[in-house]
Amino acid sequence: MIKIAIIGFGTVGQGVAELLIKKKNEIEKKIGEFKVIAIADLTGAILGDFKLEDAIESRRRGKLPENREAIDVAEKEDYDVMIEVTTTKLDESGIMYMKTALRKGASVITSNKSIAVALTDLLKLAEKKSAKLLYEATVGGAMPVIRLLNSYLALCEIRSVKGILNGTCNYILTRMEEEGLPYHQVLSEAQEMGIAEANPSADVEGIDAAIKLVILANTMGITAKFEDVEREGITKITPQAFKVAMQKGYTIRLIAEVSKKYLRVSPRLVRINSPLAIKGTLNALMINTDTAGEIFVAGRGAGKFETASVILSDLYELFRTRNS
Amino acid sequence: MSELFTLIVELEDKPGQLLRVLEPIAKNGGNIVGIVHQRGKKTPLNRVPVEISFISDSKRAEKIFSELQKEVVVRSFGKIRTSTISLLLIGHIIHTDLSDTIKRIDNIEAECVELNVTMPELDRPSTAMMTISAKGVEALERALGRVKEICREKGILVIEPVNDEL
Ligand SMILES: NC(=O)c1ccc[n+]([C@@H]2O[C@H](COP(=O)([O-])OP(=O)(O)OC[C@H]3O[C@@H](n4cnc5c(N)ncnc54)[C@H](OP(=O)(O)O)[C@@H]3O)[C@@H](O)[C@H]2O)c1
Repeated sequence: MIKIAIIGFGTVGQGVAELLIKKKNEIEKKIGEFKVIAIADLTGAILGDFKLEDAIESRRRGKLPENREAIDVAEKEDYDVMIEVTTTKLDESGIMYMKTALRKGASVITSNKSIAVALTDLLKLAEKKSAKLLYEATVGGAMPVIRLLNSYLALCEIRSVKGILNGTCNYILTRMEEEGLPYHQVLSEAQEMGIAEANPSADVEGIDAAIKLVILANTMGITAKFEDVEREGITKITPQAFKVAMQKGYTIRLIAEVSKKYLRVSPRLVRINSPLAIKGTLNALMINTDTAGEIFVAGRGAGKFETASVILSDLYELFRTRNS
Repeated sequence: MSELFTLIVELEDKPGQLLRVLEPIAKNGGNIVGIVHQRGKKTPLNRVPVEISFISDSKRAEKIFSELQKEVVVRSFGKIRTSTISLLLIGHIIHTDLSDTIKRIDNIEAECVELNVTMPELDRPSTAMMTISAKGVEALERALGRVKEICREKGILVIEPVNDEL
Protein backbone atom coordinates (compact mmCIF):
# COMPACT_ATOMS: atom_id res chain seq x y z
CA MET A 1 0.00 0.00 0.00
CA ILE A 2 1.43 3.36 -1.11
CA LYS A 3 0.84 5.97 1.59
CA ILE A 4 0.44 9.54 0.33
CA ALA A 5 0.49 12.82 2.24
CA ILE A 6 -0.73 15.97 0.49
CA ILE A 7 0.62 19.30 1.76
CA GLY A 8 -1.19 22.33 0.32
CA PHE A 9 -4.83 21.90 -0.62
CA GLY A 10 -5.70 24.67 -3.05
CA THR A 11 -6.36 24.40 -6.76
CA VAL A 12 -3.69 21.84 -7.53
CA GLY A 13 -4.03 19.86 -4.28
CA GLN A 14 -7.77 19.46 -4.76
CA GLY A 15 -7.27 18.69 -8.44
CA VAL A 16 -4.95 15.83 -7.44
CA ALA A 17 -7.50 14.56 -4.92
CA GLU A 18 -10.26 14.65 -7.54
CA LEU A 19 -8.14 12.73 -10.05
CA LEU A 20 -7.17 10.19 -7.40
CA ILE A 21 -10.89 9.56 -6.85
CA LYS A 22 -11.83 9.55 -10.51
CA LYS A 23 -8.93 7.45 -11.76
CA LYS A 24 -8.46 5.16 -8.75
CA ASN A 25 -8.86 1.94 -10.75
CA GLU A 26 -6.51 2.93 -13.56
CA ILE A 27 -3.91 4.16 -11.07
CA GLU A 28 -4.05 1.02 -8.93
CA LYS A 29 -3.77 -1.18 -11.99
CA LYS A 30 -0.48 0.53 -12.82
CA ILE A 31 1.17 1.16 -9.47
CA GLY A 32 -0.76 -0.88 -6.92
CA GLU A 33 -2.96 0.16 -4.04
CA PHE A 34 -2.63 3.62 -2.56
CA LYS A 35 -4.17 5.66 0.23
CA VAL A 36 -4.00 9.34 1.10
CA ILE A 37 -3.23 9.22 4.81
CA ALA A 38 -3.05 12.96 5.47
CA ILE A 39 -3.83 16.30 3.91
CA ALA A 40 -2.67 19.58 5.47
CA ASP A 41 -2.56 23.24 4.57
CA LEU A 42 -2.77 26.59 6.33
CA THR A 43 -6.42 25.99 7.33
CA GLY A 44 -5.74 22.72 9.16
CA ALA A 45 -5.45 19.03 8.40
CA ILE A 46 -7.33 15.79 7.92
CA LEU A 47 -5.81 12.47 8.93
CA GLY A 48 -6.40 8.79 9.40
CA ASP A 49 -9.40 7.05 7.88
CA PHE A 50 -11.11 9.72 5.84
CA LYS A 51 -12.64 9.95 2.42
CA LEU A 52 -11.03 12.27 -0.14
CA GLU A 53 -14.52 13.53 -1.01
CA ASP A 54 -14.99 14.68 2.59
CA ALA A 55 -11.65 16.46 2.61
CA ILE A 56 -12.56 18.37 -0.54
CA GLU A 57 -16.00 19.17 0.82
CA SER A 58 -14.75 20.49 4.14
CA ARG A 59 -12.05 22.60 2.45
CA ARG A 60 -14.68 24.05 0.13
CA ARG A 61 -16.81 24.98 3.08
CA GLY A 62 -13.88 26.74 4.73
CA LYS A 63 -11.20 24.71 6.45
CA LEU A 64 -9.85 21.24 7.00
CA PRO A 65 -11.31 19.79 10.23
CA GLU A 66 -8.28 19.15 12.48
CA ASN A 67 -6.03 21.75 14.04
CA ARG A 68 -2.67 20.25 13.13
CA GLU A 69 0.10 22.25 11.55
CA ALA A 70 1.35 21.01 8.19
CA ILE A 71 4.93 20.77 9.44
CA ASP A 72 3.80 18.59 12.34
CA VAL A 73 1.98 16.31 9.90
CA ALA A 74 5.06 16.19 7.67
CA GLU A 75 7.27 15.23 10.61
CA LYS A 76 5.13 12.73 12.49
CA GLU A 77 2.96 10.91 9.97
CA ASP A 78 4.09 7.81 8.15
CA TYR A 79 3.97 8.15 4.36
CA ASP A 80 5.90 6.95 1.30
CA VAL A 81 5.43 10.06 -0.78
CA MET A 82 4.61 13.68 -0.07
CA ILE A 83 2.72 15.63 -2.71
CA GLU A 84 3.86 19.18 -1.91
CA VAL A 85 1.62 21.70 -3.66
CA THR A 86 1.76 24.81 -1.47
CA THR A 87 2.10 28.36 -2.76
CA THR A 88 5.26 29.38 -4.59
CA LYS A 89 6.94 31.86 -2.25
CA LEU A 90 10.63 31.40 -3.08
CA ASP A 91 11.35 31.08 0.63
CA GLU A 92 11.89 28.18 2.97
CA SER A 93 8.29 27.26 3.86
CA GLY A 94 7.59 24.79 1.06
CA ILE A 95 11.17 23.61 1.00
CA MET A 96 10.99 22.86 4.71
CA TYR A 97 8.18 20.35 4.09
CA MET A 98 10.10 18.74 1.27
CA LYS A 99 13.26 18.43 3.36
CA THR A 100 11.27 16.95 6.22
CA ALA A 101 9.88 14.27 3.93
CA LEU A 102 13.21 13.52 2.26
CA ARG A 103 15.04 13.26 5.61
CA LYS A 104 12.58 10.54 6.58
CA GLY A 105 13.39 8.74 3.33
CA ALA A 106 10.00 9.55 1.78
CA SER A 107 9.92 10.79 -1.81
CA VAL A 108 8.50 14.16 -2.82
CA ILE A 109 6.42 15.20 -5.81
CA THR A 110 5.95 18.95 -6.12
CA SER A 111 4.51 21.70 -8.30
CA ASN A 112 6.03 24.38 -6.06
CA LYS A 113 8.45 26.58 -8.03
CA SER A 114 10.18 27.58 -4.79
CA ILE A 115 12.49 24.64 -5.50
CA ALA A 116 14.30 27.05 -7.83
CA VAL A 117 16.17 28.37 -4.80
CA ALA A 118 17.17 24.95 -3.46
CA LEU A 119 17.02 22.36 -6.22
CA THR A 120 20.58 21.09 -5.97
CA ASP A 121 20.40 20.78 -2.17
CA LEU A 122 17.08 18.96 -2.35
CA LEU A 123 18.33 16.56 -5.02
CA LYS A 124 21.46 15.82 -2.98
CA LEU A 125 19.40 15.19 0.12
CA ALA A 126 17.07 12.90 -1.83
CA GLU A 127 19.98 10.92 -3.18
CA LYS A 128 21.54 10.57 0.25
CA LYS A 129 18.28 9.19 1.63
CA SER A 130 17.61 6.95 -1.42
CA ALA A 131 14.43 8.91 -2.02
CA LYS A 132 13.32 10.84 -5.08
CA LEU A 133 12.31 14.43 -5.77
CA LEU A 134 10.08 14.74 -8.83
CA TYR A 135 9.09 18.20 -10.04
CA GLU A 136 7.77 17.90 -13.59
CA ALA A 137 4.78 20.14 -12.72
CA THR A 138 6.98 23.11 -11.81
CA VAL A 139 7.99 23.88 -15.42
CA GLY A 140 5.55 24.11 -18.30
CA GLY A 141 2.59 22.49 -16.53
CA ALA A 142 1.31 19.55 -18.57
CA MET A 143 4.03 19.96 -21.19
CA PRO A 144 6.64 17.25 -20.59
CA VAL A 145 10.13 18.66 -20.16
CA ILE A 146 11.94 17.62 -16.97
CA ARG A 147 11.65 13.91 -17.64
CA LEU A 148 12.31 14.52 -21.31
CA LEU A 149 15.67 16.05 -20.41
CA ASN A 150 16.54 13.70 -17.57
CA SER A 151 15.47 10.46 -19.09
CA TYR A 152 14.70 10.46 -22.78
CA LEU A 153 17.59 12.78 -23.64
CA ALA A 154 19.85 11.60 -20.82
CA LEU A 155 22.68 10.69 -23.18
CA CYS A 156 22.39 13.75 -25.39
CA GLU A 157 24.30 16.93 -24.89
CA ILE A 158 21.64 19.61 -24.45
CA ARG A 159 22.98 22.63 -26.31
CA SER A 160 20.13 24.97 -25.59
CA VAL A 161 16.54 25.07 -24.47
CA LYS A 162 14.40 28.00 -25.47
CA GLY A 163 10.75 28.77 -25.56
CA ILE A 164 7.62 29.97 -23.87
CA LEU A 165 7.21 29.28 -20.17
CA ASN A 166 4.51 31.78 -19.28
CA GLY A 167 1.03 31.37 -20.71
CA THR A 168 -0.19 34.75 -19.46
CA CYS A 169 2.45 36.67 -21.41
CA ASN A 170 1.89 34.52 -24.45
CA TYR A 171 -1.82 35.21 -24.32
CA ILE A 172 -1.24 38.98 -24.08
CA LEU A 173 1.28 38.99 -26.93
CA THR A 174 -0.99 36.85 -29.11
CA ARG A 175 -3.91 39.24 -28.61
CA MET A 176 -1.68 42.24 -29.37
CA GLU A 177 -0.46 40.50 -32.51
CA GLU A 178 -3.91 39.55 -33.76
CA GLU A 179 -5.95 42.58 -32.78
CA GLY A 180 -3.39 45.39 -32.81
CA LEU A 181 -4.49 46.33 -29.28
CA PRO A 182 -2.27 48.19 -26.83
CA TYR A 183 -0.64 46.29 -23.98
CA HIS A 184 -2.71 47.78 -21.13
CA GLN A 185 -6.02 47.05 -22.80
CA VAL A 186 -5.11 43.41 -23.40
CA LEU A 187 -3.80 43.10 -19.85
CA SER A 188 -7.13 44.23 -18.34
CA GLU A 189 -8.96 41.85 -20.63
CA ALA A 190 -6.69 39.00 -19.48
CA GLN A 191 -7.30 39.98 -15.84
CA GLU A 192 -11.05 39.94 -16.38
CA MET A 193 -10.79 36.47 -17.90
CA GLY A 194 -8.74 35.19 -14.98
CA ILE A 195 -5.72 34.56 -17.22
CA ALA A 196 -3.69 37.32 -15.55
CA GLU A 197 -3.62 38.01 -11.84
CA ALA A 198 -4.71 41.28 -10.20
CA ASN A 199 -1.03 41.96 -9.58
CA PRO A 200 0.41 40.80 -12.89
CA SER A 201 4.04 41.71 -12.30
CA ALA A 202 5.35 38.16 -11.68
CA ASP A 203 4.08 37.21 -15.12
CA VAL A 204 4.57 40.32 -17.26
CA GLU A 205 8.01 41.19 -15.83
CA GLY A 206 9.23 37.73 -16.79
CA ILE A 207 9.78 36.71 -13.15
CA ASP A 208 7.71 33.52 -13.34
CA ALA A 209 9.43 32.46 -16.57
CA ALA A 210 12.82 33.23 -15.03
CA ILE A 211 12.09 31.03 -12.00
CA LYS A 212 11.15 28.14 -14.28
CA LEU A 213 14.24 28.79 -16.39
CA VAL A 214 16.40 28.47 -13.28
CA ILE A 215 14.78 25.10 -12.53
CA LEU A 216 15.46 24.01 -16.13
CA ALA A 217 19.06 25.22 -16.05
CA ASN A 218 19.84 23.35 -12.83
CA THR A 219 18.14 20.26 -14.23
CA MET A 220 20.53 20.49 -17.20
CA GLY A 221 23.51 20.73 -14.85
CA ILE A 222 24.01 24.46 -15.34
CA THR A 223 24.24 25.98 -11.87
CA ALA A 224 22.09 29.10 -11.87
CA LYS A 225 20.30 31.42 -9.47
CA PHE A 226 17.35 33.69 -10.12
CA GLU A 227 19.60 36.77 -10.01
CA ASP A 228 21.72 35.30 -12.81
CA VAL A 229 18.84 35.54 -15.28
CA GLU A 230 19.06 38.48 -17.67
CA ARG A 231 15.42 39.53 -17.64
CA GLU A 232 13.16 41.88 -19.58
CA GLY A 233 9.36 41.67 -19.50
CA ILE A 234 6.70 42.49 -22.06
CA THR A 235 5.42 45.82 -20.68
CA LYS A 236 7.23 47.94 -23.26
CA ILE A 237 5.92 46.08 -26.28
CA THR A 238 3.68 48.18 -28.51
CA PRO A 239 1.16 47.23 -31.22
CA GLN A 240 3.40 49.17 -33.60
CA ALA A 241 6.28 46.85 -32.80
CA PHE A 242 4.20 43.92 -34.02
CA LYS A 243 3.37 45.77 -37.25
CA VAL A 244 7.03 46.51 -37.98
CA ALA A 245 8.08 42.96 -37.08
CA MET A 246 5.35 41.51 -39.31
CA GLN A 247 6.80 43.31 -42.34
CA LYS A 248 9.91 41.16 -41.96
CA GLY A 249 7.95 37.99 -41.29
CA TYR A 250 8.33 38.04 -37.52
CA THR A 251 6.10 38.14 -34.49
CA ILE A 252 7.14 38.80 -30.88
CA ARG A 253 7.16 36.28 -28.02
CA LEU A 254 8.59 36.25 -24.51
CA ILE A 255 11.33 33.66 -24.84
CA ALA A 256 13.19 31.98 -22.00
CA GLU A 257 16.57 30.68 -23.11
CA VAL A 258 19.23 28.62 -21.41
CA SER A 259 22.54 27.44 -22.85
CA LYS A 260 26.16 27.59 -21.73
CA LYS A 261 26.25 31.14 -23.04
CA TYR A 262 22.83 32.55 -22.21
CA LEU A 263 20.41 32.58 -19.31
CA ARG A 264 17.76 35.06 -20.27
CA VAL A 265 14.08 35.85 -20.49
CA SER A 266 13.26 38.54 -23.02
CA PRO A 267 10.91 39.53 -25.82
CA ARG A 268 12.30 38.12 -29.07
CA LEU A 269 11.53 38.17 -32.75
CA VAL A 270 10.12 34.79 -33.77
CA ARG A 271 9.46 33.79 -37.39
CA ILE A 272 5.73 33.67 -38.04
CA ASN A 273 6.02 30.09 -39.30
CA SER A 274 8.20 28.96 -36.39
CA PRO A 275 6.61 26.46 -33.98
CA LEU A 276 7.58 28.91 -31.22
CA ALA A 277 5.13 31.46 -32.66
CA ILE A 278 2.54 29.46 -30.75
CA LYS A 279 -0.68 31.23 -29.80
CA GLY A 280 -2.76 31.72 -26.67
CA THR A 281 -1.88 30.47 -23.21
CA LEU A 282 0.15 27.51 -24.43
CA ASN A 283 3.73 26.83 -23.41
CA ALA A 284 6.33 25.54 -25.85
CA LEU A 285 10.01 24.61 -25.85
CA MET A 286 12.61 23.92 -28.48
CA ILE A 287 15.40 21.69 -27.23
CA ASN A 288 18.61 21.66 -29.24
CA THR A 289 20.75 18.53 -28.80
CA ASP A 290 23.99 17.24 -30.26
CA THR A 291 22.78 13.92 -31.61
CA ALA A 292 18.97 14.07 -31.61
CA GLY A 293 18.78 17.42 -33.38
CA GLU A 294 15.92 19.66 -32.40
CA ILE A 295 12.99 18.52 -30.33
CA PHE A 296 9.87 20.60 -29.94
CA VAL A 297 7.26 20.21 -27.20
CA ALA A 298 4.14 22.20 -26.44
CA GLY A 299 1.21 21.97 -24.06
CA ARG A 300 -0.91 23.61 -21.43
CA GLY A 301 1.30 25.44 -18.97
CA ALA A 302 -1.22 25.63 -16.13
CA GLY A 303 -4.67 24.63 -14.98
CA LYS A 304 -6.10 22.56 -12.17
CA PHE A 305 -6.36 19.19 -13.90
CA GLU A 306 -3.46 19.75 -16.29
CA THR A 307 -1.14 20.31 -13.34
CA ALA A 308 -2.74 17.52 -11.30
CA SER A 309 -2.29 15.12 -14.20
CA VAL A 310 1.45 15.81 -14.22
CA ILE A 311 1.58 15.09 -10.49
CA LEU A 312 -0.03 11.74 -11.31
CA SER A 313 2.62 11.05 -13.97
CA ASP A 314 5.28 11.69 -11.36
CA LEU A 315 3.44 9.31 -9.02
CA TYR A 316 3.44 6.70 -11.76
CA GLU A 317 7.13 7.31 -12.44
CA LEU A 318 7.91 6.82 -8.78
CA PHE A 319 6.06 3.53 -8.29
CA ARG A 320 5.75 1.93 -11.71
CA THR A 321 8.51 -0.56 -11.10
CA ARG A 322 6.87 -1.77 -7.92
CA ASN A 323 4.00 -3.43 -9.68
CA SER A 324 5.82 -5.00 -12.62
CA MET B 1 22.61 31.17 -38.58
CA SER B 2 22.49 31.32 -42.38
CA GLU B 3 25.16 33.39 -44.06
CA LEU B 4 25.99 34.52 -47.53
CA PHE B 5 29.24 33.15 -48.96
CA THR B 6 30.95 34.16 -52.18
CA LEU B 7 33.80 32.29 -53.74
CA ILE B 8 35.69 32.57 -56.97
CA VAL B 9 36.77 29.42 -58.80
CA GLU B 10 38.83 29.09 -61.97
CA LEU B 11 37.21 26.83 -64.56
CA GLU B 12 38.42 25.49 -67.87
CA ASP B 13 36.42 27.04 -70.70
CA LYS B 14 34.61 23.88 -71.84
CA PRO B 15 31.17 22.37 -71.21
CA GLY B 16 30.35 20.60 -67.96
CA GLN B 17 32.84 22.47 -65.80
CA LEU B 18 30.33 24.51 -63.83
CA LEU B 19 28.49 21.38 -62.72
CA ARG B 20 31.61 20.16 -60.91
CA VAL B 21 31.34 23.23 -58.71
CA LEU B 22 27.60 23.47 -58.29
CA GLU B 23 27.12 19.84 -57.31
CA PRO B 24 29.13 19.90 -54.06
CA ILE B 25 27.35 23.11 -53.05
CA ALA B 26 23.86 21.78 -53.70
CA LYS B 27 24.66 18.36 -52.24
CA ASN B 28 25.70 19.97 -48.96
CA GLY B 29 22.57 22.05 -48.70
CA GLY B 30 24.02 25.32 -50.00
CA ASN B 31 21.42 27.54 -51.62
CA ILE B 32 22.99 29.09 -54.73
CA VAL B 33 21.92 32.69 -55.25
CA GLY B 34 24.24 33.97 -57.96
CA ILE B 35 26.73 32.87 -60.65
CA VAL B 36 28.85 35.37 -62.57
CA HIS B 37 31.26 34.27 -65.33
CA GLN B 38 34.11 36.75 -65.55
CA ARG B 39 34.93 35.93 -69.17
CA GLY B 40 36.79 39.19 -69.60
CA LYS B 41 39.25 38.20 -66.88
CA LYS B 42 40.60 34.92 -68.30
CA THR B 43 43.76 33.70 -66.61
CA PRO B 44 47.06 33.05 -68.49
CA LEU B 45 46.13 29.35 -68.53
CA ASN B 46 42.89 30.28 -70.30
CA ARG B 47 40.69 29.57 -67.31
CA VAL B 48 37.54 31.60 -66.59
CA PRO B 49 37.05 32.98 -63.10
CA VAL B 50 33.50 32.30 -61.93
CA GLU B 51 32.04 34.00 -58.90
CA ILE B 52 29.43 31.96 -57.09
CA SER B 53 27.40 33.15 -54.12
CA PHE B 54 25.39 30.84 -51.93
CA ILE B 55 23.62 30.82 -48.60
CA SER B 56 24.46 28.18 -46.03
CA ASP B 57 25.52 27.85 -42.43
CA SER B 58 29.21 28.10 -41.70
CA LYS B 59 29.67 24.41 -40.90
CA ARG B 60 28.27 23.33 -44.24
CA ALA B 61 30.17 26.08 -46.03
CA GLU B 62 33.44 24.73 -44.65
CA LYS B 63 32.58 21.29 -45.98
CA ILE B 64 31.71 22.80 -49.35
CA PHE B 65 35.03 24.66 -49.50
CA SER B 66 37.06 21.59 -48.68
CA GLU B 67 35.22 19.47 -51.26
CA LEU B 68 35.58 22.16 -53.91
CA GLN B 69 39.29 22.42 -53.33
CA LYS B 70 39.62 18.79 -54.42
CA GLU B 71 37.65 19.50 -57.62
CA VAL B 72 38.85 22.82 -58.97
CA VAL B 73 41.14 25.77 -58.35
CA VAL B 74 39.54 27.87 -55.65
CA ARG B 75 40.79 31.38 -55.20
CA SER B 76 40.16 31.23 -51.52
CA PHE B 77 41.03 34.90 -51.11
CA GLY B 78 37.87 35.65 -53.06
CA LYS B 79 35.87 34.19 -50.22
CA ILE B 80 33.82 36.88 -48.52
CA ARG B 81 31.45 36.05 -45.75
CA THR B 82 28.69 38.26 -44.51
CA SER B 83 26.28 37.58 -41.69
CA THR B 84 23.20 39.63 -41.11
CA ILE B 85 20.75 40.07 -38.28
CA SER B 86 17.55 42.04 -37.99
CA LEU B 87 16.74 43.73 -34.69
CA LEU B 88 13.63 45.48 -33.52
CA LEU B 89 14.22 48.60 -31.45
CA ILE B 90 11.58 50.26 -29.29
CA GLY B 91 12.19 53.59 -27.55
CA HIS B 92 13.09 57.18 -28.16
CA ILE B 93 15.28 56.24 -31.10
CA ILE B 94 15.36 59.62 -32.81
CA HIS B 95 15.54 61.83 -29.77
CA THR B 96 18.54 59.93 -28.44
CA ASP B 97 20.69 60.95 -31.43
CA LEU B 98 20.13 58.35 -34.09
CA SER B 99 23.20 59.28 -36.12
CA ASP B 100 25.38 58.86 -33.03
CA THR B 101 23.82 55.42 -32.48
CA ILE B 102 24.62 54.32 -36.02
CA LYS B 103 28.08 55.85 -36.03
CA ARG B 104 28.94 53.84 -32.95
CA ILE B 105 27.63 50.59 -34.42
CA ASP B 106 29.44 50.89 -37.76
CA ASN B 107 33.10 49.98 -38.10
CA ILE B 108 35.34 48.20 -40.58
CA GLU B 109 33.89 44.78 -39.90
CA ALA B 110 30.19 45.61 -39.50
CA GLU B 111 27.61 48.14 -40.51
CA CYS B 112 23.98 49.01 -40.20
CA VAL B 113 22.69 48.35 -43.73
CA GLU B 114 18.99 49.00 -43.30
CA LEU B 115 16.91 51.03 -40.90
CA ASN B 116 13.17 51.50 -40.99
CA VAL B 117 11.96 53.90 -38.35
CA THR B 118 8.24 54.11 -37.78
CA MET B 119 7.36 57.51 -36.42
CA PRO B 120 5.16 57.48 -33.37
CA GLU B 121 2.66 59.91 -32.00
CA LEU B 122 4.24 62.85 -30.21
CA ASP B 123 6.32 61.81 -27.20
CA ARG B 124 5.55 58.13 -27.64
CA PRO B 125 8.38 55.66 -28.22
CA SER B 126 9.12 54.86 -31.84
CA THR B 127 9.87 51.51 -33.41
CA ALA B 128 12.66 50.64 -35.80
CA MET B 129 13.75 47.55 -37.67
CA MET B 130 17.51 47.60 -37.99
CA THR B 131 19.53 45.22 -40.13
CA ILE B 132 23.21 44.82 -39.42
CA SER B 133 25.62 43.12 -41.75
CA ALA B 134 29.08 41.96 -40.70
CA LYS B 135 32.07 40.03 -41.96
CA GLY B 136 31.33 36.71 -40.32
CA VAL B 137 29.49 35.46 -37.27
CA GLU B 138 31.99 36.69 -34.70
CA ALA B 139 32.03 40.20 -36.12
CA LEU B 140 28.24 40.18 -36.07
CA GLU B 141 28.19 39.10 -32.44
CA ARG B 142 30.56 41.92 -31.55
CA ALA B 143 28.32 44.38 -33.40
CA LEU B 144 25.26 43.03 -31.61
CA GLY B 145 27.08 43.51 -28.31
CA ARG B 146 27.71 47.15 -29.23
CA VAL B 147 24.07 47.70 -30.20
CA LYS B 148 22.88 46.27 -26.89
CA GLU B 149 25.31 48.39 -24.91
CA ILE B 150 24.43 51.63 -26.73
CA CYS B 151 20.70 50.93 -26.44
CA ARG B 152 20.95 50.11 -22.75
CA GLU B 153 22.67 53.45 -22.27
CA LYS B 154 19.93 55.24 -24.24
CA GLY B 155 17.01 53.35 -22.73
CA ILE B 156 16.05 51.63 -25.99
CA LEU B 157 14.66 48.09 -25.90
CA VAL B 158 16.41 45.68 -28.29
CA ILE B 159 14.43 42.68 -29.47
CA GLU B 160 16.68 40.01 -30.96
CA PRO B 161 15.52 37.21 -33.23
CA VAL B 162 15.49 33.70 -31.86
CA ASN B 163 17.09 31.20 -34.19
CA ASP B 164 15.20 27.95 -34.12
CA GLU B 165 16.34 25.58 -36.83
CA LEU B 166 13.48 23.15 -37.12
N1 LIG C 1 -2.46 26.33 -10.58
C1 LIG C 1 -1.66 25.93 -11.55
O1 LIG C 1 -2.10 25.80 -12.69
C2 LIG C 1 -0.22 25.63 -11.28
C3 LIG C 1 0.59 25.14 -12.34
C4 LIG C 1 1.93 24.82 -12.08
C5 LIG C 1 2.44 25.01 -10.81
N2 LIG C 1 1.64 25.53 -9.80
C6 LIG C 1 2.21 25.70 -8.49
O2 LIG C 1 1.59 24.76 -7.63
C7 LIG C 1 1.48 25.29 -6.32
C8 LIG C 1 0.04 25.25 -5.88
O3 LIG C 1 -0.74 26.03 -6.77
P1 LIG C 1 -2.28 26.28 -6.52
O4 LIG C 1 -2.79 26.89 -7.77
O5 LIG C 1 -2.89 25.04 -6.02
O6 LIG C 1 -2.24 27.39 -5.38
P2 LIG C 1 -3.38 27.70 -4.31
O7 LIG C 1 -4.71 27.40 -4.90
O8 LIG C 1 -3.13 29.05 -3.81
O9 LIG C 1 -3.13 26.65 -3.16
C9 LIG C 1 -2.03 26.69 -2.32
C10 LIG C 1 -2.31 25.82 -1.12
O10 LIG C 1 -1.15 25.79 -0.30
C11 LIG C 1 -1.50 26.18 1.00
N3 LIG C 1 -0.35 26.83 1.62
C12 LIG C 1 0.25 28.00 1.30
N4 LIG C 1 1.31 28.22 2.09
C13 LIG C 1 1.38 27.17 2.93
C14 LIG C 1 2.26 26.84 3.99
N5 LIG C 1 3.29 27.61 4.31
N6 LIG C 1 2.01 25.68 4.65
C15 LIG C 1 0.99 24.89 4.31
N7 LIG C 1 0.14 25.16 3.34
C16 LIG C 1 0.34 26.28 2.64
C17 LIG C 1 -2.68 27.08 0.85
O11 LIG C 1 -3.40 27.17 2.04
P3 LIG C 1 -4.43 28.38 2.27
O12 LIG C 1 -5.49 28.22 1.21
O13 LIG C 1 -4.94 28.19 3.61
O14 LIG C 1 -3.64 29.64 2.06
C18 LIG C 1 -3.43 26.34 -0.24
O15 LIG C 1 -4.11 25.24 0.27
C19 LIG C 1 2.03 26.69 -6.38
O16 LIG C 1 3.35 26.66 -5.92
C20 LIG C 1 1.97 27.03 -7.85
O17 LIG C 1 2.98 27.95 -8.21
C21 LIG C 1 0.33 25.82 -10.04
